[in-house]
Amino acid sequence: MVESRSEAPLDMVQMMVNMGPQHPSTHGVFRMVLGIDGERVVSVDPHIGYLHRGSEKLCEGELYTQIVTLFDRMDYLSNFNNELAFCMAVEKLMALQVPERAEYIRVIMCELNRIASHLMFFGTMGLDTGAITPVLYAFRDRERVQSLFEAVSGARMMHNYIRVGGVKEDLPEDFRQRMAKLMPQLKQGIEEGDRLLSFSEIFLARNKGIGVIDGKTAISYGMSGPALRASGVPMDVRKDEPYSVYNRFDFGIPIGEKGDCWDRYYVRIEEMRQSLRIVEQAMAQMPDGPISTPVRGVLRPPRGEAYARAENPRGEIGVYLVSDGSDKPYRVKVRPPSFCNLVALKYLLRDCYVADCVVILGSLDVVLGEVDR
Amino acid sequence: MVRTVVERRRGHGVPQAAVALDDKGRALEAMLPEILKEFQPDMGAAVDLVVVTVKPRDVASVCRVAKESPQLAFDFLLCLSVVDYGERLQVVYHLYSTTRKHKMVVKADVLTEEARVPSVTPVWPGADWFEREGHDLYGVVFEGHPNMSPLLLYEGFEGFPGRRSYPFNEYTEW
Repeated sequence: MVESRSEAPLDMVQMMVNMGPQHPSTHGVFRMVLGIDGERVVSVDPHIGYLHRGSEKLCEGELYTQIVTLFDRMDYLSNFNNELAFCMAVEKLMALQVPERAEYIRVIMCELNRIASHLMFFGTMGLDTGAITPVLYAFRDRERVQSLFEAVSGARMMHNYIRVGGVKEDLPEDFRQRMAKLMPQLKQGIEEGDRLLSFSEIFLARNKGIGVIDGKTAISYGMSGPALRASGVPMDVRKDEPYSVYNRFDFGIPIGEKGDCWDRYYVRIEEMRQSLRIVEQAMAQMPDGPISTPVRGVLRPPRGEAYARAENPRGEIGVYLVSDGSDKPYRVKVRPPSFCNLVALKYLLRDCYVADCVVILGSLDVVLGEVDR
Repeated sequence: MVRTVVERRRGHGVPQAAVALDDKGRALEAMLPEILKEFQPDMGAAVDLVVVTVKPRDVASVCRVAKESPQLAFDFLLCLSVVDYGERLQVVYHLYSTTRKHKMVVKADVLTEEARVPSVTPVWPGADWFEREGHDLYGVVFEGHPNMSPLLLYEGFEGFPGRRSYPFNEYTEW
């Protein structure tokens, strides 16, 4: 007599899989310990801190002008946006007025930086889903933006261009010619990329309905930026609390419907188009004039504290600055957008397949330099 | 001469940042004492933000009221920071409302020796990593947090590197 096998309960063994920190799909040095039951993820334990340099603590030992360089190194894909957030916090504390031309230069640089950063996302999103070609197209266009940055600030990355009270120096003489060449190229590049990847059947199958999060949950997790807007919440600091000169431009806030990976992807594609619109308008409106308010060599903001918010490509950055009136800040706390988006990873990865982990993490577009600081 | 420099450094006789609340801030300032009456909050302002200082043990309840009261509706935790003022640590919560689009700051002072505040993770799950970071770098214990293991530092790290008493790295030429 053979005992019927189907009656005996199956012996389920939960397996632990260590993903990262040296895994190419973790976008840096991110590690998650996945508990796996067959192909399903049942538990996830994210580990960060591999890039922790103590940037916030370092800020306490530097002069205000030196800190801008530390902010470059937090989110190394959107340097201009980071610099702007810090400078805005200091300007708020000092009640400084920034000249118009400087504000326009800042906006143009930040929006181009947003496009460059989203292009990077577009490329890596392709890689995460197994498409190699998009990243080549993305880097071609990103390189064009980078060389413009180089012409303006002298560096491809880590620009140290936006300063408290304005910008470092005026735009190069051939800036308008360069932009006239760059804009159509970018426009064409974005459309090309969109046609290449967005509606590919395999890409849709890998992204549609994966990693769904609704707006309310996303808000409670503190998600922001494209990751939150993909869930249908039209929250954007550029509209809610316009800083710099963002209230002078006509642009839309793309939002998603379902809050899945594809929405998070496509919101960013659409955002690039909107950024181009902003840059175009800013180029047309940009006045002549001074590019910086005269400030003292060593800045000493008054005693007090300020919190500046700005919209980074990855979400909302916040800089909480406490000053005791000396030449160095008393405390600098950054709200890094990737850090806050990554908290929701536990929720997003519940009951997903192992293969989708990579896509879901990719769709959040994290930069670990900023998560760990 | 030397003395003035030292005094400047310590922040004495230095001008205070001017307060400039907008309409939403003023409206918030007017209605907060009534809503938070039972917690006896200390009202204040910093540049463009309304600041409410409460007792550390009330923090979680204040945050819950701030989130659930329909006039306030602070559903979004912008930032949770810890500031070291020597013998006391200040836990600072920046709140934002996605519906009413106003923001405020909740502060609580704790003694550095026994820094304990109730966790706000039941109110906003997004506070999870912020609180772990505060525990890591400043040694604030967030009571009721599900997992206070080190986040940015490695297991077994000694000391609280965020605090001002913790020295900077000594750089040496090689």
